[in-house]
Amino acid sequence: MSTIPDVDHPQEGPGKLVLRLRGISKNFGAVSALADVDLDVHAGEVVALVGDNGAGKSTLVKILAGVHQPTSGTIDFDGEQVVLSDPATALGLGIATVFQDLALCENLDVVANIFLGRELNPVRLDEVSMEIRAWTLLNELSARIPSVREPVASLSGGQRQTVAIARSLLTEPKLILLDEPTAALGVAQTAEVLDLIERVRARGLGVIVISHNMEDVRAVADRIVVLRLGRNNGEFGPDVSNQDLVTAITGADENSVSRRASRRGAEPSREVLI
Amino acid sequence: MTDDTQRVSTARLLDRRDERVAHAATLRGTIGAFVNRVRSGDLGSLPVVVGLLIICTAFQSLNPVFLAPDNLVNLLFDCSTVGVISLGIVCILMVGEIDLSVGSVSGFSSALIGVLWVNQDWPVAVAVITALVLGASIGALYAFLFNRLGMPSFVSTLSGLLAWLGLQLYLLGSSGSINLPYGSPLVNFGQMLVMPPIVSYTLAALAGVVVFAAGYRMAARRRAAGLSASTLGHLLLKAALVIIVLEFIVYYLNLARGVPWMFGLFVGLCVVMNYALKRTKWGRSMSAVGGNREAARRAGINVRRIYASAFMLCSTLAAAGGILAAARLASSSQQAGTGDVNLNAIAAAVIGGTSLFGGRGSAYSALLGIIVIQSIASGLTLLDLSSSLRYMITGAVLAVAVIVDSLARRSRVSHGRA
Repeated sequence: MSTIPDVDHPQEGPGKLVLRLRGISKNFGAVSALADVDLDVHAGEVVALVGDNGAGKSTLVKILAGVHQPTSGTIDFDGEQVVLSDPATALGLGIATVFQDLALCENLDVVANIFLGRELNPVRLDEVSMEIRAWTLLNELSARIPSVREPVASLSGGQRQTVAIARSLLTEPKLILLDEPTAALGVAQTAEVLDLIERVRARGLGVIVISHNMEDVRAVADRIVVLRLGRNNGEFGPDVSNQDLVTAITGADENSVSRRASRRGAEPSREVLI
Repeated sequence: MTDDTQRVSTARLLDRRDERVAHAATLRGTIGAFVNRVRSGDLGSLPVVVGLLIICTAFQSLNPVFLAPDNLVNLLFDCSTVGVISLGIVCILMVGEIDLSVGSVSGFSSALIGVLWVNQDWPVAVAVITALVLGASIGALYAFLFNRLGMPSFVSTLSGLLAWLGLQLYLLGSSGSINLPYGSPLVNFGQMLVMPPIVSYTLAALAGVVVFAAGYRMAARRRAAGLSASTLGHLLLKAALVIIVLEFIVYYLNLARGVPWMFGLFVGLCVVMNYALKRTKWGRSMSAVGGNREAARRAGINVRRIYASAFMLCSTLAAAGGILAAARLASSSQQAGTGDVNLNAIAAAVIGGTSLFGGRGSAYSALLGIIVIQSIASGLTLLDLSSSLRYMITGAVLAVAVIVDSLARRSRVSHGRA
């Protein structure tokens, strides 16, 4: 019943289609946050979702998590068309989400947070088994959590991120959504989370990672899907150049990033980088 | 055995690998941990105990009757009625909402008992059940208004306060009050019935045994699983303390009439509620909804159902409190549930340590809080003070309790214990 992937049995290449989105749109009043977005995720594949601020990444994640419902479009999960009407449905199907704001209850301790909504033995909570399982999950993530019986309010940002990821792994999901998983982490913990993502992939799960960190994205993703202003704007392999990626994200060859790069190139006297 | 377990524990236990965390292993360590917790604003029931000591000393020095066994027995009779209402308030405060209509609901259900039982000649059990079911329906109505129409509980229950009071007056009609028959089981329960000494002594001892047995079982399971566990000596000490304190209280009350069954019912409800809040999935969900509603929703908890259960439990317990109050006074009157009943029920929960901001609380806070409130009321009555002064003093105590709560909350936030 181990949640953490078995590294000895990696799956060769991407497997069957786990998630298939076609023509997903989402309007908030007059604002169209997503327009006609397509996305495929296979088993054993890490798909990175990148885009500028306001490109619609978080909205897409919330739709997949069942928090928002799409205005139009179809979602196929595991070969069947599904309606993700609420978070419980998404969880039940096997879509686990780690939100950017982590969504932890600060007044509850680590064990209670990891098992929130999925407590063992509802009429007589099995605190011992839950605590052991929590420690096992956290140790597999090489987490540095001082005590699982302290309220989450006493943990640092990185520790909370680890708790949130541990919680998403509890249900043995088929697809994991990670919204900016490394944004709040230190160097070592970032590497550990990237390792973890690879182990999850090796076990045959589909993973969607949202990140602003191009280095992390290229390090771990099999495919990079770019969103721009709520629309698909290209798909790349992990060997894509930074230049191409930035062009797709910002929508023009001529953009603030390239201007900055060329300015630096043109002024060798200031020799800063590259 | 303790020494060996201790030595093994520090090296191997699953939850003791991080050396940055201080763990209290000895008695002195336990006391130190308690002091640290209090300093960081996690006061628990400390303010109540301190407050109760102050109140007892003050009133006892003013009027030696205050701590007499007779007076304390009466005090326990009196505090059971509002105490049951306060238990419902603990529920609704746990999810961060409020019910301002508990007084009116209790008055309404007391009027129902009078009308159905005495005027309409229904069997008393049927009248009681009807009142409880109507109480639950009132809670269901609030939950509907809150969940579906987005009506803040403050407003919906405020209008409920007026509406149910009106219904109570309408039911009682022009006569204004209905006397319940003396000598009937319900009135006896509210006024006379006390536990035989053997029962009260046994229950007090049983409490200690249960504390020990539950602690021992938990410790054994934790040790078997490689987690840290409390030692046998620690458990025995705790159980012994519980038994000594409870047996002394029972002994003292037995010098007069004894422990009221009605108070026994109240304490029983507290114990059940404490279990439900601490050891069930429902209770965990209540804390989660009170702490972070959105996080609870995303965790797959049916937030609406949790709110509905809190509203319904609160108004059902308010109705139960109204029935007990009718039994206590042997009448259903227009005054039932009015005046300071609302305030006292809410104040008791807050004084006992349940946070007004949601997510923190305990069933026992209703028990401790109502004893404080009722002690003040009883002491002031003994001093023959007018109700004007009583209201002012009770109001001041409530203000102090809320100030302590919000200061402690601020301190908890800065110590990372929110």
